[in-house]
Formats: sequence, structure tokens, C-alpha cells
Amino acid sequence: MIGIAIEALIKSALIAFVLLTAFAYLTFAERKIAALMQVRKGPNRVGPWGLLQPAADGIKLIFKEEVMPAGADKVLFFLAPILTMIPAIVIVAVIPVGPDVELFGRTIRLGISDLNVGLLYILAIASVAVYGIVLAGWSSANKYALLGGLRASAQMISYEIALGLSIIGPIMLAGTLSLQGIVQAQQSSTWYVIWQPLGAMIFLIAGLAELNRAPFDMPEAEQELTAGYFTEYSGMKFSLFFMGEYIKMVAVSAIATTLFFGGYLGPFVDKLPWLGILYFAIKTGAFLFLMIWIRLTLPRLRYDQLMAFGWKVLLPLALFNVVITAVVIVFVG
Amino acid sequence: MLPNIPELVIFLVLAVIAVAAALGMLASSNAIYSALFLVVNFGVVATFYLLLGAPFIAMAQVTVYAGAIMVLFLFVIMLLGAEKMKQTSHNLLWQKPLSIVLIVLLLSISFYVVLGQGVSVGSDLMQNASGYGSPSAIGTLLFQKYLFPFEATSILLLAAMVGAVVLTGVRRQRRRIRKSRRL
Repeated sequence: MIGIAIEALIKSALIAFVLLTAFAYLTFAERKIAALMQVRKGPNRVGPWGLLQPAADGIKLIFKEEVMPAGADKVLFFLAPILTMIPAIVIVAVIPVGPDVELFGRTIRLGISDLNVGLLYILAIASVAVYGIVLAGWSSANKYALLGGLRASAQMISYEIALGLSIIGPIMLAGTLSLQGIVQAQQSSTWYVIWQPLGAMIFLIAGLAELNRAPFDMPEAEQELTAGYFTEYSGMKFSLFFMGEYIKMVAVSAIATTLFFGGYLGPFVDKLPWLGILYFAIKTGAFLFLMIWIRLTLPRLRYDQLMAFGWKVLLPLALFNVVITAVVIVFVG
Repeated sequence: MLPNIPELVIFLVLAVIAVAAALGMLASSNAIYSALFLVVNFGVVATFYLLLGAPFIAMAQVTVYAGAIMVLFLFVIMLLGAEKMKQTSHNLLWQKPLSIVLIVLLLSISFYVVLGQGVSVGSDLMQNASGYGSPSAIGTLLFQKYLFPFEATSILLLAAMVGAVVLTGVRRQRRRIRKSRRL
């Protein structure tokens, strides 16, 4: 009992550490990639090749003054960044990053937990993730922030449905809600992106919309809303919103990898189980690069276009995908 | 038969939080806080389902109630700017004595049921719970034994949805007609 508790504690601490480091260097990677694509140099002053830039940014943000706007709801203004951050971290708990390995005579599962309702857990956490953003917008006592929060809630509710429907494909193919089970099912067939190309596309698009990333970054559209729901935030509270967004990026990439791209599977994983972590990191990294690339390439959608696209295109397509998958499974087997 | 101690402790702590959240929802004058207390309450109820061995219902509770429905509530409250309630409802005064009578009635009935049946309620629940809360078990029940009620409910919901679309559509058309008359 105590052994299990210690193991879970160590794994949780490790994953939190990895996620926070990933956040720091994702901001750096985004600036560097943006610079490369726009033929600039990017951050290159702090440390070799600018590698210490995230640390410098962190130190700067810690020493910034925290401003509480007059008329703000103090409790919720304080809680909102935390409520944005927590779902982003806990959603990663059910994602397997590698097969079981032997260490110090124990079999250790790479991944904190393997729930039998893992995918439902992900949907549940994703659906409460909007609270932080909405409350940040409301508690700031600022019209721009409120509009940003309302836009975010409308957008996230709309795209959640398509997101939920798009993951039904892998569930039906694997016959399980456990993420470990879905990865193992892909070992015996192939990556599910082969069987579910439409599902994978819908998942990626709806995932980008859930993240409020470009081209769906309506809630923080600078030209219209200054910075949207975090207009009034400063210092570490401001950076918590950024942390939430970037860790959610990692989480969505990891979930897409697990559901559609074979998770930790790759050549020689059955002989060298530790190799699974490397494959998982490479695949997740590829998705993160894709997200940055999309942000640098595509302009922002108009708000009415965004809602119309979600309800009139993405949702029917996702429903169609579910029906086709079911029919094929029943008749072909 | 006594339930095991850690489970009892968890249950008691969660029960206190659930009751406190429910009271907080009733007592707070700000509608946003009321909604948030209700979210906390839903979350605790979801944990109760987990304790009873019904993971599917627990996750559905969080996704549907704590997630979708309460976000819509918050959305409407914020959109209307209806955070602060006005205490002007004189015609609701008769509800106060009635509510006290109803509370006493409810409590006495529930005490009668619990004490009259003995303490076996919890253990019965646990025996039922094993294996019946899994997603596949619920799916089998819904699509075989309860297929007709399930489909009937879905048609009812579809009708409600179509109704909402038609109602807003009519209003929009009227507005358009009014505008054209003004011109």
C-alpha cells in the first residue's frame, strides 16, 4: 500500500516537473520557430543560443507588481488562474507514456493511472476547464475581459461536442475506454489515423479550438479585446494563464498521439520498453510543432464564422464519422 | 456489517462539503457564487458515485452537470448581468412558513425510512453496485432492456431542440418584418 503511494507520488511529481519544463521551453520554441519562419533571429542573448530566455522571463514575471483592479471580485480574481492551471495538469494523469517497465524489482506503469473510464475522465476534465477562463473574465470588472470570457465559454462548449464525437471512433475500434487499452489495440492493428483520418482531423481542429489557439484565438483577439479574459492580470497570475494554455497544448498533443498515432508504439519497443518514452516524446513534439506552425500560418477566423463552422460543419462531420465507423465495424468486423 | 473505516471517513468529509456547498448556494446573494457552489456540490456527488463503484455515472455527472449545464448557467447570468438579486418579492412571503413545514416533513420521513429499515441501507447499495456501474453494463441496459424509453427520450429532446430553433426563428422574422415596415 505504502509502496504504491510512494510510486504514485514520485510519478506525479515527475510529470508535473516535465510539464512545467515543457511549458518553459515551449514558449522558447514558439519564439524561435516564429523567428525562423519570418527570417529573424529570435531570442539569442540570454545564455548559449538564448536557451536561458525562459528562466529570465520567469524571474522577470515573479518580480512584477501584482495589480488588483478596483471593483474586481477578489476571491474569484485570485482563484481563476489556479482553476485554469489545475485541469491542464491533472488531465495528463491517464495518458500512458510507455509500456510497463521493471525497476528495482517492481513492475512500474509509465503513466500515473490507467482508469477503465480514462477517456470519459479526459472529457470530464476538459468540460470543467472553461471555468477558470470564464471566471477570470467576469471577476476582472472589465468589459473586454468579460467579452473574452463569454466568447471562450461559447467556443469551448460548441467545440467540445465535436471533440467528444471524434474520440468515439478509436473507442469503437478498440472496444475500451482505457487509454492503455487503446494503445495496445493499435499494436495489433495499425495506428488509428489510418482507419480514422476524418476523426483525427476533427480531433485536431476541435482541440485547437478548445485551446483557444490561433486560428481560433477569438477570446483573446488583440485588435478587438486587447487581451481578452486576462487583460487585467499581471505578474505570476498572468503567467499562470500562459502556463495553462501551453500545458493544455502538450496535453492535447499527447492525447492525439495516444488515440490516433499509436501512443508510445514504435520499432523495438517490445524489447526496450524505455524506448517508448522517446517515441511518445517525438510524436507529441511533432504535434506541438504543427500547432505553432498553424498559428504562424493562418489568420484568425471571424467570430460568427467560427461558431457556424463548429455547429454546421464540424458537428455533422463528426456525427457522420461515428455512423460510418459503426456501420463498417458491424458489417466488416 | 460495518463499512471499512477509510471509506467512512472519506464519505463523512465529502458529505460535510456537499451540505456546506448546498447551504452556500442558497445563502449567497451573488448568483455567480450560487452557481459555483452548485458546481462544487455536483463534483462531490460525482465522487459519491465513484465511492459506490459507478465510474460512468460519476464522469457523466461531471461532464454534463458540472461542465456543460453549469457553464451555460454562468453564461446566461453573466450575459444578463443578473449577479445581484433584488429583495422585492413581497408576494412570495407565504412561501417561508410553507418551506419550514416541508423541511420538517421531509426530514421526518427520511429519518423514519432510514431508522425503520435499520442500518442495512449502505451494505445493500454496495452489493448492488459491484459491476453494474461500468460503461458497458449501462450501455447494454440502455440499448436492450430500456431501448424504448431511451429512444422516446431522445425524440423528446429532439422535439425540444426543434422547438427552440423555431421559436427564435419566428422572432427573428417578425423583427425583419417590423424593420421593413419602418423603412
